[in-house]
Amino acid sequence: MHRAPHLMSGLALATLLAARPAPAAELRDLYFGEALYHAYQGQYFEALERLDAELAQHRRLDEPQLDALHYHVGQAEFSVGDFELSYRMHHRAGRAIRAVLEGNVDEIVRNEAAFRLARIHFQKGQMDNALEALERIDGKVPDAIRDEIEFLRANVYMALGRPADAADVLKGLQGAKGLSAFAAYNLAIAELQAGRSKEALQQLDKAGQSKGADRASTAIADKSNMVLGRLMLESADFERAQRSFDHVRLEGPYSNQALLSAGWAYASARNYERALVPWNLLIQRDATDSAVQEAKLALPYAYAQLSVYGRAALLYDQALNSFGEELGKVDASIRSIREGKFLQALVREEIKQDKEWVVRLRALPDAPETYYLTTLMASHDFQTALQNYLDMEDLRKKLSTWQSSFDAFEDIISLRRANYEPLLPAIDAQFRELDSQIRLRMEQRDNLDRRLQAILTAPRPDLLATADERIAQERLRKLELALASVNGPGASELHQRLRRLKGVIGWKLYTEYPERLTQAHKHLRALNEDIAVMQARYDAFVRTRQAAMHSYAGYDLAINRLRTRVREALEQVNTLTARQGELIETVAIDELKKRGERLETYQTQARYAVADSYDRATKTQGAGGGGGR
Amino acid sequence: MSHAIRSFLLSILLCVCVAPVPAQDANREQMKGLDEQVQEVKSDVLSIGAELSQLEEKLLYPSNTHVAVFVALAQGETFRLDAVQVHIDGQLATHYIYSFKELEALQKGSVQRLYTGNIATGQHQIEVSLSGKLENGKDYSRTERFAFSKGVGPKLIGVTLAGPDSGKPAIDLGEWH
Repeated sequence: MHRAPHLMSGLALATLLAARPAPAAELRDLYFGEALYHAYQGQYFEALERLDAELAQHRRLDEPQLDALHYHVGQAEFSVGDFELSYRMHHRAGRAIRAVLEGNVDEIVRNEAAFRLARIHFQKGQMDNALEALERIDGKVPDAIRDEIEFLRANVYMALGRPADAADVLKGLQGAKGLSAFAAYNLAIAELQAGRSKEALQQLDKAGQSKGADRASTAIADKSNMVLGRLMLESADFERAQRSFDHVRLEGPYSNQALLSAGWAYASARNYERALVPWNLLIQRDATDSAVQEAKLALPYAYAQLSVYGRAALLYDQALNSFGEELGKVDASIRSIREGKFLQALVREEIKQDKEWVVRLRALPDAPETYYLTTLMASHDFQTALQNYLDMEDLRKKLSTWQSSFDAFEDIISLRRANYEPLLPAIDAQFRELDSQIRLRMEQRDNLDRRLQAILTAPRPDLLATADERIAQERLRKLELALASVNGPGASELHQRLRRLKGVIGWKLYTEYPERLTQAHKHLRALNEDIAVMQARYDAFVRTRQAAMHSYAGYDLAINRLRTRVREALEQVNTLTARQGELIETVAIDELKKRGERLETYQTQARYAVADSYDRATKTQGAGGGGGR
Repeated sequence: MSHAIRSFLLSILLCVCVAPVPAQDANREQMKGLDEQVQEVKSDVLSIGAELSQLEEKLLYPSNTHVAVFVALAQGETFRLDAVQVHIDGQLATHYIYSFKELEALQKGSVQRLYTGNIATGQHQIEVSLSGKLENGKDYSRTERFAFSKGVGPKLIGVTLAGPDSGKPAIDLGEWH
């Protein structure tokens, strides 16, 4: 209960400086919205996969301004960098943000990009680059990050060994929303490192009195009081040291250290009786804590100083037993880690739901005593290594699933091939026949259209003759030819009749011409509608035919290439997972060994002290005839 | 003993709150090297994932039959969405139950791809049902039917859900391109 927040407080600033997906403005692009959906749930791989694809497609467009992503493209470019940063891909994140920075963007956007780039460099420990990026910020900056920029600048100055510059910046951040506790504490440290002890102590006092509502702020206030107390202790101002330790909350992450140090403040002032109070309280707490372990030695030491040797001997004895038990736990933990139990426990699903769950691994059977590892596990290096291990494990699962999906794809493809291939030759033959007929009809229609267009400017009534009239005209023409050589009686009458009949047809054609022309255009429009239906069916057939073909043809190369890439990536992931896991185990074992060595030292000291106390108790008893308290 | 421990404590406490707990230098270098390699592998796998998604979409959901249903909450909605059910042409397409994290993501304004499937070109009907709880603890459920047309290209249907006091339709259908 006393340790879990410690893990959080160590990360408090990292969280503060971490990238956050920006809230979605009125959304107009579904795929961007989908990427945000994954990012908001911490699924950065999926978010990146979608957003990368969407941005790549957007960049390929001839007219990107017509694409829905156009409305969010600036935010999307930033989000890619954010997601990459959250997915711990600093290299790519840096590239993505640098691209925004170097693009043709507004001053406000450029400044935000510079801040984000600086933040990446800071997290990678590249302080000169971080400062260079911060110095590019000029002009308007978004209100939401104004204080964060200055806070980052101060931290960069601190890391570059320029505490006086950091202090100047931090002075302007006192009371900044969400940062005040951090700024107050960091200002004190900056003053201290700049050699201005008086200002540092005043600032630590101030920071220690701040009453933040959140857990991180109260932890920082406790930390300020701890530093102030230790400084006072070092300068032998035991009373002020005591007051500072008293301000540390009894349930906070520093409470054990505060109780231990409070005891030392009294002991240093030779007030051993008062030192018993915090140390007696402390030894009741979790025996894995280093402060508790030290208190187990300090408490009998105080009794011994008070000449209560019997009690001291008893407590040294209890400490000896406790150290023995703890050493047993440390050894068992090392064994458990070597057997791979630590890594097995780390990859359990619970860790994704609850970041503090890793501290509670001890509840699992055979899992190592993780309370011995909390300081190590709170460190940035360990967290990075652990996250990388978990990410590799996640990638391994993804790649394994993908690997098995290739067989399923090939099954689908072969089933489709077996279905379509026997059908397609007959269908294609039939289609070719229909296609030639369709082309012929289309030519006829085009011809009609051309003729109708032509007679609009040069009327040709003969072209609108009906079939009967054409036949009649043809017969009249033949009769006219036959009568040409007839000169007998009645011939003139026949010629007369022939002219009259031609006249009748000609009369009809000329008088009905406007009406016939209108009709012809109506018919052409009706024909066009039929042709449109036919064309749609034709297109649908061609599409379906292509879809049938595309449903099984042309995948072999892509699948084989992907299969190879997945296999190679899986090999790499497995190698990296093993190396990363081994490293995690090594640092955990090293840490446990260190704790074990310290316990052994305590054990040796307790062993000598217990003997000495018994001797003194016996002597006191002999001298006083019943003393030894 | 006390001096050694006091020195140890002081060195820890004087660290600025951003300073990491030091690991062994050799281990740290190794961690750094591994971190670089992990970043490269992630980049590779992301590119494989993108290519695979394209292949999968082409193979399983070709554009001429592709239909996708996306769900969003209306801006500022606070009702607790428990589940959404979608029927297309009378057939159950999906029935989705929301976790707290998913609901929170929707409330922040993101969009969930709820369903991807295949349908023929032409006219279709979609029925969307939602069930949840209002802030006052009352159950809230609605069902709406909409007609839509599937053309040659992929069909993206955006469903926006709203509570009863928002003044907006409980289930609204939008078309996206």
